[in-house]
Amino acid sequence: MALLEIQGVTRRFGDFTAVDDVSLAVEAGEFFTLLGPSGCGKTTLLRMIAGFDLPDAGRIVLDGKDLAGSPPERRPVRTVFQSYALFPHMTVEGNVAFPLQMAKVPAADMPAKIAEALEDVRLTGFGKRMPHELSGGQRQRVAIARALVTHPTLLLLDEPLAALDAKLREEMQIELINLQKEVGITFVYVTHDQTEALALSHRIAVMNRGRVEQLDEPSRIYGLPATKFVADFIGHCNLLSGPVTSGADGVVALDVPGIGVVRAAARTIPATGAPGTVALRPEKIRIATFAPSDAADNRVRGTVADLLYMGDVTVYKVETEGGARVEALLANSQSGRTKFFEVGDAVEMSWAVDAGHYIAE
Amino acid sequence: MTGATLGALRESRWGKWAVAGPPLLYLVVFFAIPTLIMVAASFRSPGEFGGLAPFVGDDGRLDLTLESYVRLAEDTVYLEVFLKSVVYALVTTLACLVLAYPLAALIAQSPKKYRDLMLLLVILPFWSNFLIRVYAWMIILGPNAALAKAVNGVLAVFGVEPVPLLFSSFAVLVCLVYVHLPFMVLPLYANLEKHDRALLDAAQDLGASAWQRFWRITFPLSLPGVYAGAALVFIPALGIFAIPDILGGPNDSLIGNLIKQQFLETRDWPFGSVLSIVLTVAALALAGLAAWVGRRGAEEIARA
Ligand SMILES: Nc1ncnc2c1ncn2[C@@H]1O[C@H](COP(=O)(O)OP(=O)(O)O)[C@@H](O)[C@H]1O
Ligand SMILES: [Mg+2]
Repeated sequence: MALLEIQGVTRRFGDFTAVDDVSLAVEAGEFFTLLGPSGCGKTTLLRMIAGFDLPDAGRIVLDGKDLAGSPPERRPVRTVFQSYALFPHMTVEGNVAFPLQMAKVPAADMPAKIAEALEDVRLTGFGKRMPHELSGGQRQRVAIARALVTHPTLLLLDEPLAALDAKLREEMQIELINLQKEVGITFVYVTHDQTEALALSHRIAVMNRGRVEQLDEPSRIYGLPATKFVADFIGHCNLLSGPVTSGADGVVALDVPGIGVVRAAARTIPATGAPGTVALRPEKIRIATFAPSDAADNRVRGTVADLLYMGDVTVYKVETEGGARVEALLANSQSGRTKFFEVGDAVEMSWAVDAGHYIAE
Repeated sequence: MTGATLGALRESRWGKWAVAGPPLLYLVVFFAIPTLIMVAASFRSPGEFGGLAPFVGDDGRLDLTLESYVRLAEDTVYLEVFLKSVVYALVTTLACLVLAYPLAALIAQSPKKYRDLMLLLVILPFWSNFLIRVYAWMIILGPNAALAKAVNGVLAVFGVEPVPLLFSSFAVLVCLVYVHLPFMVLPLYANLEKHDRALLDAAQDLGASAWQRFWRITFPLSLPGVYAGAALVFIPALGIFAIPDILGGPNDSLIGNLIKQQFLETRDWPFGSVLSIVLTVAALALAGLAAWVGRRGAEEIARA
């Protein structure tokens, strides 16, 4: 049985439904992420797990026990708040000791536990500092140490890295992965940052407007998005829509306005004439002055309308002869040149059938 | 004046004096000089009809004496009055704290749109004259008022003799608390209003009960407001004379009454000055001591 089961949970504010009939299960030891745009209900769901908010419908079951009757202070769940919420009048040690005191841990056992927690987050030697004497990253670590020191069943993290700068964020991501592995505590992590979610998680639930759109492993979320929303939200994606013209043997053909027939892989074959979409990642598209003759599956000509030089890669926005826009991405690694094409260049794009992924409407 | 020019003014040496000068001058004229006059007066003898004796007497001797200080040290009655005043002021401060804290917390937690109205209600009493408000208590506590009748009615049931509420320590304390309550509410509110709600959520998340959240988080973080309120209540309460004069019994004379008596009735300015100096020094010392003890206590709570 899963460690945490969320069963049909709904939360309304007035006539606005912030969390809409969400069901999911989190396994013990998992690094589970709720990913979605701002306002999609991630925090609301997390607060219900922590006990600060109650569902209007549905159940939250932890370790086989319905949490409905227990207030936050009695749940074996800890939260790392986005603002860290360190107690400003206590030292780092005082902050980490707080949950131990609340749990009535004998005073003699405390120093060892505090030292261990601080060591876990690599803050040994910082125990006597006050929170205002720490950097943002260090405060973050204290918040995590404080939440982990009592070895909770479940750790909830609400956008814990959002306030850090990009470089520090990346460092902390790696540390979080290692920390989670080390302590073996189940993490439920909330973020609106898709790269962060892909990097950290064992599994991701992509949320939109209070609902879970897809629950999967990161590689499948990225490679096989189940809905247009997921395809669009996770990384950049060309969404080529049009009616289905034919389908057989796991391949469908769509008639996309401005591009023509696009063939892509599909797990279930839709009926001819049904509206559909092909999700096509920019990096799966080959872009050249002339497509090589062996790349015959999908090809379309156009001119470079815009380009975005990003150092390691360049993103080309290509306008097809039919007037559609397609985004293609080319690594700058092989060439001595910085860019392959300039705005106005005529190019030909090509991609394999299995580069695209069919999404039913 | 715009912020930029004010800033530039502050930069220049003359500008500094132009900005800091007027308040400094005010303090010198209305605080420092009167204090020095008081200190000087305390080493003189009283004049025949009030005021001070001539500085150079008929016999050519300068009028400089420690007589008033000796008098203070010799008669313990002054010390007793002084201690009684401290006790009254302390009780007033504590009662105000206990009453004001929940009120300030309630206002700080109320929706923003009601807060201004609630604060207005707190300071509403200031719109009528201080003495009128004190006299109003004569009516409320008077022997024919409902309150006295109710209290004595209950006492009669237990066979206890009726007690007068007015002209008693009780009346003095009730009025002291009433008059000073807003001075405790306002700084407490200003402090509590700034508290970060997330800290309480975090404490609860970490296993703290409602009482533990208050005692370990809210209260220690509110101590600056408690000190400010305590100082604003304790210091004026220590020197007050109008309330004991109007509502107190014969034994409720406080140091403020004593000082007033020296200046207006006995016409002994030097001794009045001595008492005033003692009052000022004691108020400062006690306020400092309270802040120090309080800060130690806060660290204690934080560590516990
Ligand atoms: N206490 C509340 N009262 C009214 N609306 C709320 C409340 N809490 C959240 N909401 C609304 O619910 C939606 C989801 O909020 P939230 O869970 O914080 O989103 P996220 O964390 O995904 O950004 C938002 O539109 C927000 O305005
Ligand atoms: Mg949020």
